Amino acid sequence: MKIPEQDFFEKITFRDALRLAMYDEMKDDKNVIILGEDVAKYGGAYGATKNLLEQFGSDRVIDTPISEPTIVGTAIGAAMTGLKPIAELMYVDFFGMSMDQIGNQSAKIRYMFGGQISVPMVIRTQGGTGRSGGAQHSQSLESWIMYIPGLYLVMPSNPNDAYHLLRDSLQTNTPTVFIEHKLLYNFEGPLDKKNKVQFGKANILNEGNSISIIAYSRMTNFAVEAAKKLKEENISAEIIDLRTLNPLDKNTIINSVKKTRHALVLSEGHYTTGVASEITSIIFENCFKVLKKPVIRYTAEDTPVPVAPNLEKNYVPTVDRIVDYAKKIIT
Amino acid sequence: MNSKSNTNLQDLYTTMKRIRVFEERVAELFVRGETAGSMLHLSIGEELGPACVTKAMIDGDTFTTHHRGHGIFLARGGDPDKMMAEIAGKKDGYCKGKGGSMHIADMSLGHLGANAIVGGGIPTVVGAALSYKYLNKKNVSIAFFGDGAMQQGILYESMNMAALWKLPVVFCCINNQYGMGTKIDDAVAVKDFSLRAKSFGLECLHVNHLDAEKAYTDIKEIVDNTRNNKPSFIEVECYRFYGHARKDKSPYRNEDEEIENRKLDPIAFAKENILTQNILNEEEIKSIDMTVDKEMDVSMNYAINSPLNVESEIFTDVYDKSYTIESVDSRINNILKNK
Repeated sequence: MKIPEQDFFEKITFRDALRLAMYDEMKDDKNVIILGEDVAKYGGAYGATKNLLEQFGSDRVIDTPISEPTIVGTAIGAAMTGLKPIAELMYVDFFGMSMDQIGNQSAKIRYMFGGQISVPMVIRTQGGTGRSGGAQHSQSLESWIMYIPGLYLVMPSNPNDAYHLLRDSLQTNTPTVFIEHKLLYNFEGPLDKKNKVQFGKANILNEGNSISIIAYSRMTNFAVEAAKKLKEENISAEIIDLRTLNPLDKNTIINSVKKTRHALVLSEGHYTTGVASEITSIIFENCFKVLKKPVIRYTAEDTPVPVAPNLEKNYVPTVDRIVDYAKKIIT
Repeated sequence: MNSKSNTNLQDLYTTMKRIRVFEERVAELFVRGETAGSMLHLSIGEELGPACVTKAMIDGDTFTTHHRGHGIFLARGGDPDKMMAEIAGKKDGYCKGKGGSMHIADMSLGHLGANAIVGGGIPTVVGAALSYKYLNKKNVSIAFFGDGAMQQGILYESMNMAALWKLPVVFCCINNQYGMGTKIDDAVAVKDFSLRAKSFGLECLHVNHLDAEKAYTDIKEIVDNTRNNKPSFIEVECYRFYGHARKDKSPYRNEDEEIENRKLDPIAFAKENILTQNILNEEEIKSIDMTVDKEMDVSMNYAINSPLNVESEIFTDVYDKSYTIESVDSRINNILKNK
């Protein structure tokens, strides 16, 4: 399959936007390489690296053994000696295997060594529910990364953001964890290569006055759906897509809540000590005087992820309940 | 005896002596309360491996070390002033005092970092070697680690990848017989580590003697061979003369064992060889020793006199420069101001 060369796409899948981002980066910089399990011949478990082997060869698109700690560690060493690696971890759940290399090594190298060296690498991985993957293939572990100083954390919700933020991630000179939601790969939207996204800036998707709904990754799309239903009942919700969790665009969140005076925070992570807990704290700390109601965080349950589709669906936030909670918050 | 090998032995003696005295001064710095904490892991008794392996390195080669890595770094050319200042947590240290003994590094010398996680720095050299192969450089990257790391899974992932991809990697195990307080006999069923390395397809060298000159010749041969994309494993057996860290009085081993094993001193052995081979006389060796003593005294004093870092250094070097970190104090005061 040929990789399309044009700058504007009316419609492209999230998967193809990622693939284009890697293709364009690799074309522009011969030091960008990709390594991971089944990234070359197979084309990536979710197809994001398809055809890149044919384009760039096996020196640059490298299938690895199933050794997650050393996939990350190899990327670190390559990044310290002149390359710009993209390491793919097939599932975010494999953080459990590779967390020493991510958290103790890549995140801390610049600091421990007094700023002598940067580690310009990206860990692309994939998480979330929706395919009955169960407790070890469906988690949302972004809070593990957000907790560690020294790592950028990107979780885009649409093809345009995915394209631009992945390219930006490779330019930051800071190890970046880029988490894709498994149900977003087929999600379609426009892509304009010329219309850059500001790394670290949240996106206001839907301006509104009644309530701020703060989301990221797939939950952004749930929030958009919910906002349409709320509009039918004359409730105008403001949707904030965080896009990057570190850097976190606190000002956009705070300014929105100061305007709407109500806040609902969405996440597919757990309720306790998750990303939503952090955002909820930030809102309480900064908008205490203007809040009309307590900030509500609507998240996945504090349990492992169940396999059965009916259980899995209700384990995470649903659009109907987002609508329901939003209405309860403002009344 | 040709003059070149005379020089080698003399060099190796000097390097080993410098390591020994450096470590003794670190111990003194600790006793004087001038170090940043007590997590200082001395390599006294283990000087042979670092001296021989670093001598086989060339410009552009890189390496990572374990937490007991002062000797390796010094032997590779580390400036003892800046090393000692780092160990003291001072501004003039290699890492501005933010890394310390266990996280010292120097990119200009190819030191990709000491590591406080056992085995943590091993895959780094696989990545560095991948770069060299991709960029067509004739360099090697060497991971130094102890016998403790021989029991970490990441080593075997790394050995497999290095062998699979034919990368210029040297895995160098400085086997000092102890993982903190646990003797090797209590940690492994089969002590012949080269069996493991061979099974991954690595070239192997086992050094279990005190003959620095012979060790260097053998090590240089295998390191040179590794440059042709033939990854290798070197094990240097030795004995950790003192405790794990500065506060460890070694309650897990008896004095007889220590006395017996401290006789296996690579420096004393090298000195004897130098004298028997008439390379130098007692006076000349004494003169080397005095120079080293003086050098390390100067470094110790440099560390003591180096200024402390400013507190704002807490917040630098975390991200790239575009990112500013707000202090907790500032956050709290802003919240209280807006209440």
